[in-house]
Formats: sequence, C-alpha cells, structure tokens
Amino acid sequence: MKRLLRDRSALFGLVIIVVLVLCAIFAGVLAPFPQDVTTYHLPRRLLGPNAVNYFGTDRMGADIFSRLLFGARLTILIAVIATSAAVLIGVPIGLVAGYYNNRFSDLLMRVSDVFLAVPQIVLAIAIAQTLGPAIQNVILALSITYWPFWARLVYAETRSVRNEVFIEAAVALGASPLRVMVLHVLPSIASSVIVRTTIGLGGTILVAAALGFLGLGPPPPTPEWGRMVAESREFLPQAWWYAAAPGLAILLVVMGFNLLGDGLRDALDPRLSRGNDGP
Amino acid sequence: MAGFQGAAPLVRVRGETPLLPHPRRAADTDAMRLIAMIARRCLWMPPTLFGLLLIVFAVSHVIPSDPARIMAGENATADQVAAIRHQYGLDQSLPMQFLHYVDDVLHGDMGTSLFTQRPVAEDLIARLPATMELALYAMALAVLAGVPLGVVAALRRNTWFDHVVRLVTVAGLAMAAFWLAILLQLLFSMWLGLTPVQGRIDGWGPDPITGFFTIDAVLRGDWQTLFDAVRHLVLPTLTLALPAIATIVRFTRAGMINVMSSNFVFYQVAMGIPRHRIVWKYLLRAALIGTLTQIGLIFGNLIAGAVVVETVFDWPGLGSFAVNSILHSDYNAVMSFTVFAGVIFILTNLAVDIAQTLLDPRER
Amino acid sequence: MGPDLLAVRDVSVSFSTESGTAFVLDEVSLTLRRGEIMGLVGESGCGKTTLARTILGALPPNARVRGTAVMFEDRDLLTIDPGEAADEIRGRAITFVPQDPYSAFNPLFTVGDQIFELLRWKSPDRQPLEAGYSRARRQTDRDRALTLLRLVQLPDPERLLKKYPHELSGGQRQRLMIAMALLPEPRLVIADEPTTALDVTIQAQILMLLRKLAVERRVSVLLTTHDLGTAWEICDRVTVMYAGQAMETAPIDAFFHAPALPYTQLLLDSLPSGEAPLRGIPGDVPNLVAAPAGCRFHPRCPRATQICGAARPLSTQPRPGHWVRCHHGLLR
Repeated sequence: MKRLLRDRSALFGLVIIVVLVLCAIFAGVLAPFPQDVTTYHLPRRLLGPNAVNYFGTDRMGADIFSRLLFGARLTILIAVIATSAAVLIGVPIGLVAGYYNNRFSDLLMRVSDVFLAVPQIVLAIAIAQTLGPAIQNVILALSITYWPFWARLVYAETRSVRNEVFIEAAVALGASPLRVMVLHVLPSIASSVIVRTTIGLGGTILVAAALGFLGLGPPPPTPEWGRMVAESREFLPQAWWYAAAPGLAILLVVMGFNLLGDGLRDALDPRLSRGNDGP
Repeated sequence: MAGFQGAAPLVRVRGETPLLPHPRRAADTDAMRLIAMIARRCLWMPPTLFGLLLIVFAVSHVIPSDPARIMAGENATADQVAAIRHQYGLDQSLPMQFLHYVDDVLHGDMGTSLFTQRPVAEDLIARLPATMELALYAMALAVLAGVPLGVVAALRRNTWFDHVVRLVTVAGLAMAAFWLAILLQLLFSMWLGLTPVQGRIDGWGPDPITGFFTIDAVLRGDWQTLFDAVRHLVLPTLTLALPAIATIVRFTRAGMINVMSSNFVFYQVAMGIPRHRIVWKYLLRAALIGTLTQIGLIFGNLIAGAVVVETVFDWPGLGSFAVNSILHSDYNAVMSFTVFAGVIFILTNLAVDIAQTLLDPRER
Repeated sequence: MGPDLLAVRDVSVSFSTESGTAFVLDEVSLTLRRGEIMGLVGESGCGKTTLARTILGALPPNARVRGTAVMFEDRDLLTIDPGEAADEIRGRAITFVPQDPYSAFNPLFTVGDQIFELLRWKSPDRQPLEAGYSRARRQTDRDRALTLLRLVQLPDPERLLKKYPHELSGGQRQRLMIAMALLPEPRLVIADEPTTALDVTIQAQILMLLRKLAVERRVSVLLTTHDLGTAWEICDRVTVMYAGQAMETAPIDAFFHAPALPYTQLLLDSLPSGEAPLRGIPGDVPNLVAAPAGCRFHPRCPRATQICGAARPLSTQPRPGHWVRCHHGLLR
C-alpha cells in the first residue's frame, strides 16, 4: 500500500477517480445549471466556452459542463454495475473450471471461447440493439460480453495455483473443494483479479461510450458522454467544444483507471504480466 | 505449471501471458507437435462457431420487430407480408429456421441480406479488402512506430523522453476511438483541409486486382488514384493504429527492460562487445519475441477497432457492414458476419501461434 | 612466478539501495602475478563477485567506487576511459568466465553465432579501427575457434557450433565459456564461481582443464569460489574475504595447513571430515548497510578483543608471501 502511494502516476489516477466520484455525487451542487439535464434554452444554443458556460452550450442551449457532471453519475453507474456483473459471473466460472480438470472445465472454457470469437463490441452492439436503448440494456450487454475475460484470467491463474503445495495440503487435510477454492485459491489470485478489474472498469467505460455514440445507450436527454459526442457531429467544425469536452472527460476517467490499475499491479506483484492492459 | 493443451484457448485475450507449452515427451518431434496443434485448433473450430451462431441467432430473434413487414414496406397488405414471410422461411419455428440456416451455411450459402437484397456472401467478399487494407496499414504503422519508440524509451529509462512516451501511451489507450477520429477530422479535414472527411475514395477506385486500392493503383500506374486513396487512408489508419502503437511501445519497452538485466547481456558487456551491437542485435530480438506473442492479440483488437473507425469515417468495410446490419435488424447479415469474423479471428490466432512456435528455438 | 600483472590497491565500493548505502568492498587490496592462479574465497555475499566486476569495470549504475588504484599491467583501471576499457581491456586483455553458463548464452542464437560475435570484435587478428568483418578473417577465426574447442575437449566442434544453448549440457556450456575466455588471448581470466552450477562429477574435470590451459598459455586466473575444495584443486595462492574485507592472502599449502587468520582456521575446521560432528561458525554474516566497525568478523571471532572493533588491522606479513590483516593472527 505504501508503495502504491509513492507511485506518482498511480496516485494521479486515484485522484482522478476520486474527483469523478465526487463530481457524480455532488453534481447537483457543483453544476452551475443543474436543470440543464432536461431543460433547454434555444436562444443560448451552441455558444462557445465563456465565463458562464465553461465548456459552452450544446444544440439545445444546455450547459455542457453541467451535463458532463451529471453524466459522471451515469458513467460510474454503468461501469461499476457492468463490471461487477462480469466479475461475479466470470470469476466463479473460472475458479470452477480451473479447479476441476475435467471435461466440464473444457466445456466451460469452450463456452467462453465462443463469446471471444468475435469482436466484443460487435456482440455488445448486437445485444444492445436487440434490447433497445436504455441504461439497463447497456449494462446487460456489457456484462454478457465481458465475463469471459475474467473467466479466462481466473482459469489460468487457478490452474497454476492448483498445483502449489499449500493447496495440496488443504485438500489433504480434508477441506471441501468449495472451501479450498474460496479460502485458499481465491486469495492468492486476488491481486490479478483486482488489477484486471480496475483496468476493466476503464475498458467498460470506453465500450459504453461507443454504444452511446452509436445511439444504443440511454436515450436523450440523458447526458451520456458518448451520445453527446455523436450529437456534436452535425455542428462541426464550428462547435468544436461540443465534441471536445465529453471526449476529454472520457479520456481523463479511463486514464485514471488505467494508471491506478498499473500502479496496483506494480504494488501488488511486479511479476504480473505486463501487457496490453498493462505496462 | 502442468501442461494443459487440452483446454488451450482458440483466441487470445488482453493481458494474458501466453501459456507454457506442454512438457515435451521424448517421442515428440517438432513437426508432429505443430501438426497436432493445428489439428486440435481446426477440430475445435466448428463447435465454437456453432455455439456462436446459436448465441447470435438467439439474440437477434428475441426482438419483437418483424423483418417481413419491414421488407414488405409500410403499405403492404397482410397477404403480401405473409407471402414474404413464407418466401424467406420466416414462418417456420425458430429452431427450424436455425437449422435451415446452418444447413445453408455449410453449403456455402450465407443467405440474402434482408436489407440490401443481395447475397450476404457477396457483400462480405466485396467489403473484406477494404477492412484488410485499413487493418494492415494500421498494423504496419503500429510496428514501425512502436518498436523503435519502445526500444529507445527502455534505453533512456526515466528520462524526460521516457516519461513523455509513457504519458502518450497511457493517453492513447484511454482515448475513445470515435472521439479521436472526430478530433482528427476536425483538425486535418475541417480546419486544415488536408484530408477528406470521410470515405475511401472520391469517385471510383482503380480497377480491382487485389481489392486494395493502393496496390491496385500502383499496379495500374494510376498515380492520381493512388494519391487520392492515400489521402483517404491517412486519418482512419492513424485512428486505428494509435492504441496499437501504444500497446506495442509498452510491450517492447517492458520486454527490453526485462531483458536488459539478463545474464547474457552482462556477459557481453563484461566481454566488451560494443553497446550498439548488444542493443540492436541481441536485446531487440529477445524483447521482440515477447511483443510477437501479442501481435495476434493486437491484430484482433485492430479488427475490433475497425468497427467503430469504419463507422465514423464511412469506410466501406466489414466493420461498418456489421454495424449497419445490426442497426437494421438484418439477421442473415449479422449471423453470416459473425461466422465470417469468427473464422478470421481463429485463423489469425492460429497463424500467430504457428509463427511463434517457429521463431522461438526454445519452443522447438 | 612473474612480475605483478594486477594490483588492486585499497578499493572500496558502495551501492546505494532502498534501505541505505551498502558498503560492499572495504579497502580491498590484492596482487596477482603473471601466470598464477589466485583463488578468491569467501561465503556468499563477501564481495568476491563485486571485486571481479570492479576489475572488469562492469558495475551497476548505483555503484560508487573509490580507491587508490587498480593497476593492470601499467594502466589504472579506475581512471581509464570507459570506451577504451570496453574496447581494449574487457574481452581482450581481461576475459570472463561466468557462474551460470546457461543464462550467459543468449537463448535465441546458436552458440556458434555467439562465439563468432565475440571473435568479430575480440579476435587477436582484429586490426584496430577495422570496420567490417572480412571473409578472410572469418575463416581464420573459424579455424581458431575449432582448434580451441578441440582443446577444451568438446567433440565434433563443427556440429556443436550450430546448436542452441539449451541443447547442450552444463559441462559442454562451461567448456565453451572457457574456450571463449581464451580465444582473445588474454593475460587475465576472471572466473566467477565457474563450477558452482555444475554437477559434482564434472566440476573436477572443468577445473583441471582450466588450470592446464592457463598454465600452458601463461594466463593468470582470478577464480572466485565459496568452496575451499575448489580452491585446493587448482589454485597457487588464495585470498580469503569476509563481508567485503580481504583478510588473508597465502600460498596454497600455507593457507590450508598453517593459516594466520582465525576465520580461515574456522572455515577449515567446518569442512566435513570423516565421522566428526559438523562444526559451523556461530553467528550470521553481517548486513552490509550497517556492518561492524573495524574488522568485520570480530563479533563472531573467538579471539576478538576490544581493539578488533575499534580499528581495522593493518596488513602484516608473518611469513614470506603470506599476508594477513588481523590483530590476533595465529602465526607470529
């Protein structure tokens, strides 16, 4: 923990996330125009950044800054619930598949292979389109699409830990498989899962934004960041702030999660795979 | 780690270390192992694709909308709608429809797009080169830019150069692709007027030989078209390549740093081998092996990224095809695309694994 | 024995680490003559490898070196230009045999590739400022390599060159390392625990081979080891180190039968012998960040008195050619 706090970039990431959470919680207080989530003022549409509207106004005249702050709530909600669901589905599956080395395990992993055989975003789009534009459908689509990542990770880690002596000892002492899996295997693979989850939160936000961009997210006037970018397109190049602001928010937030995840990986176990979602 | 080739994955996933190979038995020969691996993968492909089809079929048939009605048009009578429904077999039970579809696919018929009225197979084949051209150029850019940056960043570890590089890679992986695309369009197309906003070409492309506009233009000596094709390629390639560049830089840098403290490096230093030689011949090779294992993964992500990028740039490839099909509830197209993409993914991963096995002598 | 080849004078090395500065070498002095084989003996962590790396000039970036001089022939290696050191000293006048021959080879290239890489830069035939690697020289180097490989008793050298490191046995790899250390025709070979990673049955062979070749070519060898038996096999003289301090240097017979240093006597006593119970040395090796003052062995030494912790003993010579740094030496 101390090592984590000494890592400046990880600290920066943590700060960003804290700011995000605070913005989400206190959006009502921080936003200069909280009513702009739903109301509009056409006379004030498409103004550039100024003293009143820090990031300008959108096509309905709403204050972009305020909408961004309320959008933070949405972002966190989607990210946390979707990722949690994926973890809650994927980790047990991976644990069971990794612990028992039999045909059933193979089957479970084949099932996860099926989900991984196409680009995840295509699957997410398909599911979201089928179910309709709503926040719960976005969350559902993301959970269904992403649980295999955790299943695979936990599967591989469980298999390598499975042969460790302390697991054999627990089994020899008569511990039930469930007990071994939860009390012995899970803690030793926890750091991998935590790191993956932190970075997964960032990834979920990106895909959710993409869905919103394509019109598959929560419908207007919900201030979803991806949708805001899509709305801005017809007003380019004049209203550049309209496109820049929500994208910048996405960038900062995802960066925050990535930096924190990297820092956690370094602090928890520098030997962990340093890869695409890493170093 | 005990070997577990029995459940070796068909597709690579972000962040996974490549699993260790099965410990060799004395009777194995290299060729045999390679063939065994290929056979295993090919064997598992049909069931996986079948499962995929099942899922997509299930998902796309859950919705209440009625494609027969959409095709018939708003003013159609009930009889006309029923006729269309019968014509396309939509009045049969779902399981029957599924079996019919599978049967068709096995005979090479991927159905007719409910939207464009053309055979889906035709659409897929026509659009494949567009996506491949984009993806391959993006991949090339990613490697050519990413590897040297990663090497130099590792050599100048913790200097300002290294910090800048790391900042850029972190940002690159945190950027929404559609946002980057729009920003680039804003800057280069709208403000500077250097590149076109969208599309693959103005007017018609060169007469096709390979389907790659750039190659075909060169082969036909049509420099005007080549220039136009390149202008259209620039922004989409950049957008698609940025996350890949970031990933390659990170991997190469980490690989280099990892190898820099190896004993064989120390040995060569102790024996006075010139530094530039150690870095560019020996260190680089060892670091690249690590990066290579991720190439398949990166390429897979590139194809996935193409979905969004093609949509923003109105690029006529497989990605925009997939998105359009889904948004128009075009079942046949969606399912066929899924099969197609699945096959490509699995084959790409297989190719990478083969390459890796051949390149690392320790795997032999 | 010939004149002095290497003279290390009062060299101290410290590493800056997360937990403080570790004083890894403390005023170490050592001389090596032409054609002699010197053993550098001591427990793990006593600084023998660091001393070897200091002489080579291949220390990590967090190391600080202070000292009077490290004279090699007529040059001071402490003040020499680093480029010159890399080009003329390392791999040419002074070569290296590593402890683990497996990890010292790059696993992705054949051993032949790596030998020829060495010869390309360090062959005795190489002209100064030579740019490429001419075909003629390639051929002479190849002959040179094959000859030496036969001398280290590696059968079928042509086929061997095409193999990868993981395809060879430990003994074969170390023979290759010895060959590579001798190919540039050095004056000094530094061998860092060359047999530690090998099977016991092969250790003696390798050591004998090393000695034979060194004597034939009048090459000096500085051999570090933690095993007294190894030193006995092939060394002419031995220096013993403890916790970064060089404490005794003696000819091999005197070292083993009439040492002056109490620590040496305790080491010899701890060697297993027949049916007598095992005797260790009570206590632990000190942490080099907070090492004891004066003679660093004094907390564990049965003959220690107050002066031992107060001041570092000076070097005395109780017998000709036998030096010791101890306030209460066994010889007078």
